Amino acid sequence: MYTQALNNPAVEAGVEDEEKLAAFQARIDREEKIEPNDWMPAAYRKTLVRQISQHAHSEVVGMLPEGNWVTRAPSLKRKAILLAKIQDEGGHGLYLYSAAETLGVSREELVDQLLTGKAKYSSIFNYPTLNWADVGAVGWLVDGAAIMNQIPLCRCSFGPYSRAMIRICKEESFHQRQGYDLLVAMMKGTAEQQEMVQDAVNRLWWPALMMFGPSDKDSKHSADSMKWKIKRFTNDELRQKFVDATVPQAKVLGISLPDPDLKLNEETGHWEHGEPDWDEFYNTIKGNGICNKQRMKDRIKAHEDGAWVREAAQAYAAKQAAKKSAA
Amino acid sequence: MSEQATPLWEVFIRARNGMSHRHAGSVHAADAEMALQAARDVYTRRGEGLSIWVVPSAAIIANDPDEKGEMFEPTASKIYRHPTFYELPDEVANM
Repeated sequence: MYTQALNNPAVEAGVEDEEKLAAFQARIDREEKIEPNDWMPAAYRKTLVRQISQHAHSEVVGMLPEGNWVTRAPSLKRKAILLAKIQDEGGHGLYLYSAAETLGVSREELVDQLLTGKAKYSSIFNYPTLNWADVGAVGWLVDGAAIMNQIPLCRCSFGPYSRAMIRICKEESFHQRQGYDLLVAMMKGTAEQQEMVQDAVNRLWWPALMMFGPSDKDSKHSADSMKWKIKRFTNDELRQKFVDATVPQAKVLGISLPDPDLKLNEETGHWEHGEPDWDEFYNTIKGNGICNKQRMKDRIKAHEDGAWVREAAQAYAAKQAAKKSAA
Repeated sequence: MSEQATPLWEVFIRARNGMSHRHAGSVHAADAEMALQAARDVYTRRGEGLSIWVVPSAAIIANDPDEKGEMFEPTASKIYRHPTFYELPDEVANM
């Protein structure tokens, strides 16, 4: 869902064969897709492994804030929808891990990198989901921001990543719509329910804008990703698209967005907005956000509690295989 | 990591009768039965298929992309295999 890994420092290039590098860049410039067994620069491979796996980790960790509400969903309908959405997030994580594995890294290594804190996931999932309207606001704003990020990734130069993103984008629009639908329903309810919606949006608006990563003037590292056609738009361009799409939706919903600087520029047709609190952003990335420790604790527990299942499945498979070869 | 790696399987799905199976992605599973169930959960949540094949990834043999020039050269030099190689007399409208 989330592509903040694009903002990490470029991987050291090492020494590459100039001729091969030029041929590779020419393929990219012709919009040819790169497939796993094709020659690629080590830095391209490393950048992709990091980006795709961090994207996968984000999908998996993203199940936690929503899982928080499964048992307390207000109706069977909303519970079924939420379960389906969470299952999709797990599925998205799996598509992405598979895409990363085509680059020569194992699933076990990737999971290990997440659990040891070596790999990051999107800052957004380190915020709590405090009231039921948060589930709607996550769908509308967080999945909405994710869609803005992900649509250009469908055209990414690396074939397996591009194909995974196409599948994900098809499913993601359900996520955003169910969130908006949930908020519309609450806005038709009591004054208290309306306040819950406003409260959720107030808390999640800025973290959603941070999902696009730092401002272009502070993001020096996307040049390689742009050149390799992994990334096609800058952070600020994508953030602007998101704001422009979301402001009219907020109006229809009947809530305000918590940004006093938000105003329409008649000339450009774009909504100008204030700056997110970048200190908060970097602090969250570093592991000091509201829920970082809880999220990692929950992931590690889920992984450790599942160890006996994985072991039993393998023991059973080995036993069956032995029986078959003996017969 | 002390744990043993769970094997990788490639997943092929037939979207509907009349179509061939197409590669959908991959899953990890301890055995074939679990691979089929995982493939169903991961790749057919919205009616994407009527039939699933799973194949151990290690069983797939692929050509070397570095040698694709030699591998596929014969196809490029045999232009007479295409109908457009032949010019028809004007009197013959369609063939």
